[in-house]
Amino acid sequence: MTTERQVDLTGLKCPMPIVQLTKLMKELRGGEEFTAIASDPAFCLDVKSWCNKTGHELVRLDSSSEHLVAVIRKRKEESN
Amino acid sequence: MNTADRMTSPDVVASLERRIEELEKKSKNTPDANAISMIVFSGELDKLLAAFVIATGAAACGMKVSMFFTFWATAALKKSGPQAKGKSIVERMFGWMLPGGFDKRKLSKMDMCGIGRRMMAREMSKKNVASLPELIEAAKELGIEINICEMSMSLMGIRAEELIDYPDMEYCGVARFVEQSSSSNTTLFI
Repeated sequence: MTTERQVDLTGLKCPMPIVQLTKLMKELRGGEEFTAIASDPAFCLDVKSWCNKTGHELVRLDSSSEHLVAVIRKRKEESN
Repeated sequence: MNTADRMTSPDVVASLERRIEELEKKSKNTPDANAISMIVFSGELDKLLAAFVIATGAAACGMKVSMFFTFWATAALKKSGPQAKGKSIVERMFGWMLPGGFDKRKLSKMDMCGIGRRMMAREMSKKNVASLPELIEAAKELGIEINICEMSMSLMGIRAEELIDYPDMEYCGVARFVEQSSSSNTTLFI
């Protein structure tokens, strides 16, 4: 299951995946879900920490395929 | 006396006001867990990369980031180009010894007269690691504040117009850093 909105972070290295996610957040409404696809191995732990710190919800994280696939839901209250 | 009367009696109100005031004062002095301040002292490429990776990463995590540039790091923010006019001989010499431009930044280890630097640049581009100018662009977009030590600038004869263009750049002294550092939970020295 993937969401309608997808963001391709493949090829990007730390800290650019989370920098890109932060920029994307400005375009989304609270509660909106999107799928992020990344190739940076650090993204696996980093996306969890990023969600913990920012309050967005990590709905699903799939590391079984070649790329990491994360489904994230933007937190409700507007903070960005 | 019923509860409503007790709440509005002048003594109780005065005591509550005092307690609120004290709490407000206390909360004002509590460091913000969501703020990070950094002293950037080194002017070498590897250390500047580390500083900007941490700064942009923290800002992306929603933290308020302020960077305080002093000594060699101040000189590292110079853009390439001719020196400003009206400098003394010694200030000009500083300018020659500390050339502007991010391509001039050395590595703190394995620079090997520029060979290491070029190898590093090639590997970074091959492996799509963000370069220093790219990280500084991201820092701008994320609203990271850069404070420049005015004393370093005057000591090394660096003029404001010789530094890179950055929107949230301010020139200040150590008091500004102390205030920001004491109101943030984390302070790093790089």
